[in-house]
Amino acid sequence: MADVKNNIKSKREPLIHIAKRDDMVWWKAWIIRGIAILTSIIIMMAIALVLANVSRPEYASVSVIVETMYRGVLGRIEEGSFVMLWKYLQEVAILLCLALALTPAFKMKFWNCGAEGQALIGGFGAVVCMIELGGKVPDALLIPIIIVVSILCGAIWGFIPAIFKAFFNTNETLFTLMMNYIATKIIAYYVYIEGGGSHVIAPQKHGNLPNLLNNDYLLNIVIVALLTVVMFVYLKYSKHGYEINVVGESQNTARYIGINVKKVIIRTMCISGALCGVGGMLLVAGTDHTIRTDSIGGQGFTAIMISWLGQFNPFIMVIMTGLVKFLEMGMGKVADNCHLNSSFADIVVGIVLLCVVGCEFFVRYSVKFRRNKKEVKA
Amino acid sequence: MASQPAIELKNITKRFGKVVANKNVNLTVNRGEILSILGENGSGKTTLMNMISGIYFPDEGSIYVNGEEVVIASPKDAFTYNIGMIHQHFKLVDVFSAAENIVLGIKDGKYNLKKSTERIKQISEQYGFEIDPEKKIYTMSVSEKQTVEIIKVLYRGADILILDEPTAVLTPQETSKLFNILRRMRDDGKSIIIITHKLHEVLSLSDKVAVLRKGEYVGTVNTAETNEAELTEMMVGKKVDLNIFRSEPCSDEVRLSVKGITCVDRQGTVVLDDISFDVKAGEILGIAGIAGSGQRELLEAVAGLQKLNSGEITYNNPNTGNADNLRDKTPMQIRNLGVRLSFVPEDRLGMGLVGNMDIVDNMMLRSYSKGKTVFLERTGPRYLALKIINDLEVVTPGASTPVRRLSGGNVQKVLVGREIASSPTVLMVAYPVRGLDINSSYLIYNLLNEQKEKGVAVIFVGEDLDVLIELCDRIMVIGSGKITGTVDARTTTKEEIGLLMTKSDYKGEMNNG
Repeated sequence: MADVKNNIKSKREPLIHIAKRDDMVWWKAWIIRGIAILTSIIIMMAIALVLANVSRPEYASVSVIVETMYRGVLGRIEEGSFVMLWKYLQEVAILLCLALALTPAFKMKFWNCGAEGQALIGGFGAVVCMIELGGKVPDALLIPIIIVVSILCGAIWGFIPAIFKAFFNTNETLFTLMMNYIATKIIAYYVYIEGGGSHVIAPQKHGNLPNLLNNDYLLNIVIVALLTVVMFVYLKYSKHGYEINVVGESQNTARYIGINVKKVIIRTMCISGALCGVGGMLLVAGTDHTIRTDSIGGQGFTAIMISWLGQFNPFIMVIMTGLVKFLEMGMGKVADNCHLNSSFADIVVGIVLLCVVGCEFFVRYSVKFRRNKKEVKA
Repeated sequence: MASQPAIELKNITKRFGKVVANKNVNLTVNRGEILSILGENGSGKTTLMNMISGIYFPDEGSIYVNGEEVVIASPKDAFTYNIGMIHQHFKLVDVFSAAENIVLGIKDGKYNLKKSTERIKQISEQYGFEIDPEKKIYTMSVSEKQTVEIIKVLYRGADILILDEPTAVLTPQETSKLFNILRRMRDDGKSIIIITHKLHEVLSLSDKVAVLRKGEYVGTVNTAETNEAELTEMMVGKKVDLNIFRSEPCSDEVRLSVKGITCVDRQGTVVLDDISFDVKAGEILGIAGIAGSGQRELLEAVAGLQKLNSGEITYNNPNTGNADNLRDKTPMQIRNLGVRLSFVPEDRLGMGLVGNMDIVDNMMLRSYSKGKTVFLERTGPRYLALKIINDLEVVTPGASTPVRRLSGGNVQKVLVGREIASSPTVLMVAYPVRGLDINSSYLIYNLLNEQKEKGVAVIFVGEDLDVLIELCDRIMVIGSGKITGTVDARTTTKEEIGLLMTKSDYKGEMNNG
């Protein structure tokens, strides 16, 4: 045999090597995540400073940017004005609602990318009821109808891809994405008809959800808070939640113990779609009282990230939603003041998410550097 | 020449987090020598071999090849040092021919399949392989695929061969063929490291045996100077009784009766062909056969997981006296009929258990749907989990540890424990000791015997013929989905079963020719 030893290049130990670890204590993991968030904030600040320096040099200081962010999210809270805070909580509630809706599907490893469309179609159901039945039936009857119709609409939007997944094993990611476009176009069509020349549906007076304590947003926030708890219990302590988990982990195991896999897929997607429908309904009947094709504004996709960041735990998802919305709104304000365009906020949120997701690598693996630099004799 | 060390490991340590997979391991393999690596499950055999073949990198210690210290940072490095590993799971491209698979990935600039085929033939002749270089992988038997893997590393000029449990998938005849080839390689001056669980193979093949226990290096002994009992003691750390106690079957009552079942899979292949047999209460019926002869489909058919084209499966319920037909029923329907059927499938983590769930939640798999509320009841399962951990000595940090973190033996204990806990009347087990160490294996055998004495009808699909002969009452042999014979385990021999295992193949060849 030919001796090929002379060709060897790596006489030395590799500079770094990566080892999997299983045992990191929770507080260390959180320190890593903390560092990641800190890093992302520094990057974020650096970008904001550079960009602000170009357009509005007077805004290019850390303290001004921080203050702007704070004002953008909380407003003049110290002067007793809670308007911005409530607005912030409302935004958190809607995004959280969609993330909660996606979580059971994700736990089942059904990659539902259709929260956007499911929420839109839920809101669409609400608007149609408001327009067609508003004034004809009393609000006390109209509101329950709206609730039922929105939930049904969302559930149908989840049911269709689920059927195809269960019986024909179609790719649910593509399917749910396509369903988003259908929902958007249905609304575009309806707005065109109903909105007349302006192509905008005016806010409706009938079928609005009641205001709790005279606050526009409180009802939404309370409902989503309840949903958070319910979802946590459903996933962790109910038989359904257990079935979802087994189907997600291994369909073979599910078959082996006699779980009807098709039924679980369909049922879970109906629940997922229905909850998205609730999100849309809260937005339409609760606050907006109208609908546009961009009413959900991409939050159906942000919700995917939230669900993952929260590791499918509803309570962690609350924190993650709060963080993402804070950045989004705060940076939106900075972009506004500095005459940057609105994509700036999205870029910043993207960077932060990348850091937070990326740091999980260091939680799961350890990176070891070369121990000694001595060259091994050839 | 003979005593020149080919590869030496000095103080090798490898940690995975807190787990020490290898601690200060020292090994030497000389040229022209076969070394067996023996150790209980989770003792770090495969980890050690993976470090030699460049898949893992050691945390401490050094490796010497031909007396020089080397760094093996990747499988490519391993090849440059002429080290080749034959993995337990084959890494071949199904639609390629043997020759194409063998030359795949070699970057010597020239791709000349004709020349390569010549060399493959030359290697085959030199060591006595039987192979057709043009045959496609997907038409090959397991043993042929293994041959391709071995030639692949020889073709690359490997002088040091590592084989990870090569005999697990072979019939006795194929095993002895492989051993002859390995001996020839040894005589040619190659160094061979073989990982195996089977003690008689260690004794018949190797020159030296290195024993690992819980990641630590226990020692190396010359095979000629040792015996099964001593090796077991080194491995386990204490004396182990290697006899399987077999009681006489206690009744003649037929518990499960299978009549003429036939099953055709999606590709149109007949996987079960007119299979009929009875299992009596209180006996162990062994099922032997080459892997993939229909064992899995047979058990799944009984468990209600496989659609049948024809035939009947009848269960004689000892409580009601009814004869229930189980064909075309789902597992849930079978359970609702009051049939106490337990099934330990071949794929433990992919079918029997959920790897990411903890032991408690895995206990619930069978029972979670009981009760009227929509909520889960975890107290019963938790109690059961603790009981199984205690009774079967499952090594685990606790009942809330995900089962995927347990070693193979402990995973199997959890699974078998759960299946037995439902006090079955029929118990089906598929390869229950695959990958298990001696201690756990004997524990499983004892559990099966206990069930048999309780009057349970046990169906045992196994691969180790010695164990089948020692443990079972009757052994049914299947080949290509057909029953090729049923023998009395008390009077049969390994050779007889081995012949029955390949019987249908011979028939097929005769028909073609």
